[in-house]
Amino acid sequence: MIVASALRDRYDVAVVGAGPAGLAAAALCARAGLACALFDDQPNPGGQIYRGVTNSPFDRGTVLGGDYWSGESLVCAALGSGAHYFSGASVWGLLRENEIAVSLGGSTRQIRATRIILATGAIERPFPIQGWTLPGVMTAGAAQILLKSSALVPTGRVLLAGCGPLLWLLAWQYLNAGVRLHTILDTAPAANWRRALRHAAAFVASPYMAKGLRLMFDVRREVRVVPGVVEIAGEGGGRIGAVVYRTARGRSERLAADMLLLHQGVVPNVNLAMSANIAHRWSEGQLCWVPRVDSYGSTTVPHITVAGDGAGIAGAEAAEARGRLAAIATIRALKEEFPVGELERAARQSLDRYQRGRAFLDCLYQPAPNFRRPRGDTLVCRCEEVTARQVLETAALGCPGPNQMKAFLRCGMGACQGRFCGLTVTELMAEARGLPCAEIGYYRLRPPVKPITLAEIASLPVDGAAVKAVARE
Amino acid sequence: MFQRLTRERQLSLTIFIDGTATPARHGDTVAAAMLGSGYVACRTTAVSGAPRGPYCLMGVCFDCLVKIDGDANRQACMTTVQDGMRIETQRGKREYST
Repeated sequence: MIVASALRDRYDVAVVGAGPAGLAAAALCARAGLACALFDDQPNPGGQIYRGVTNSPFDRGTVLGGDYWSGESLVCAALGSGAHYFSGASVWGLLRENEIAVSLGGSTRQIRATRIILATGAIERPFPIQGWTLPGVMTAGAAQILLKSSALVPTGRVLLAGCGPLLWLLAWQYLNAGVRLHTILDTAPAANWRRALRHAAAFVASPYMAKGLRLMFDVRREVRVVPGVVEIAGEGGGRIGAVVYRTARGRSERLAADMLLLHQGVVPNVNLAMSANIAHRWSEGQLCWVPRVDSYGSTTVPHITVAGDGAGIAGAEAAEARGRLAAIATIRALKEEFPVGELERAARQSLDRYQRGRAFLDCLYQPAPNFRRPRGDTLVCRCEEVTARQVLETAALGCPGPNQMKAFLRCGMGACQGRFCGLTVTELMAEARGLPCAEIGYYRLRPPVKPITLAEIASLPVDGAAVKAVARE
Repeated sequence: MFQRLTRERQLSLTIFIDGTATPARHGDTVAAAMLGSGYVACRTTAVSGAPRGPYCLMGVCFDCLVKIDGDANRQACMTTVQDGMRIETQRGKREYST
């Protein structure tokens, strides 16, 4: 096990997150001769997209698809680059004076890095429907993680519901693995097509188009797909037992279910960046918060750069290119003599290629308002079990935003620190108050951005000045 | 429920879930090993006592909290199984013990 004492006190660059952006950034920084630490809270490198690629239960085959295996060379390049890779390392705070608080192996350390590259990636967008907290209901991403890292597939009556590329990819991978899916409840609103078509020309030139069409064609041939689903509720006692849905045309049905896998896109994992006081903006296109960055990922905090999906969703290949661009900006600042001109041209070319047509996907798979802004006793906050009605009532009482509401309801104060309720709360309060989301704002996030134990804090090495600061005469 | 596409012989480790010996694959997370052996729920909540199971499997949702080798509120999806590991499902909030 990697322990905290293996950490140096100081690095030139610290990269947080070992998905495509972090791996690419760390590899390039190390190649330029910078002392680079790569922190990742997962047990193995690859991020979620290349999860388990170095210790996969599968032989290279057709189940996961060729794109997945391309992650292997990226991981190898980073691990062989000279960057110090720390798995199971949870970065819980970016503090004053370039300090990074990181927990690993049960203890915590504060180290320094001249520059920091955040590559914290994406998390699933909340999908607040009745019954989404029942055992047996999971995100599609979760189901895919089980497939990639443990070759686990669901059995019984399996339902997929939602919209977005990952939903179709997972269904396709299940077909390859011989899993029988019962039904896919497609929630992509028909009206989205009209808006998406404006961006169709760009999407036709995207490498994703042919792949996407192929996936959907294969899946639709084998699985029952119900289009235009506008309402979904999970039912059950100790676990999911049935799913009730209604379509825009008014048809409704109750299906027995053993598993319900939900997905309506992914959003940037912004907790660490926000806690470091990096300015964020509300993206109307992607309906989420994104850090304000320039074309290298440089933020409003001079020594911190954000790369990959954490700076706005664009996919794995784009993340890799954005990781390189963040590294290039870092190398220019710290190691001027290292030539990066050619590398930058290549990274920008790749980024252009993979970002082409992204607006088409953003429009087509934008989740419908009723799946983003629930009503009644549907849980908004899974941790503190706060309902949509409670949030709306608090807004009606005159609560201006999420932080004041939180003080009334504890919504967002649980262990997930708002990651699965924050966007819902912003959108609900914006609707209730008739204001744009940008004006409603978000939870004020502070370190630690992951729960840590007192024992971990107590393990911090203490110097004389720290003792003097709190000791009584 | 979940089943494994891999062969039985790959399940070389044994963990104990609420005292029951359960096979696991080297490299599994605790959450994967539990789901692979039919444990869909892993705790009841501290607020209402509602049952919960793993939801995101990537360390975000904190719904897969279990007691691992005597240490409560650990994320099952972020902990890799070790041979002989003792897992306990949780009921309500954790109790303080010295």
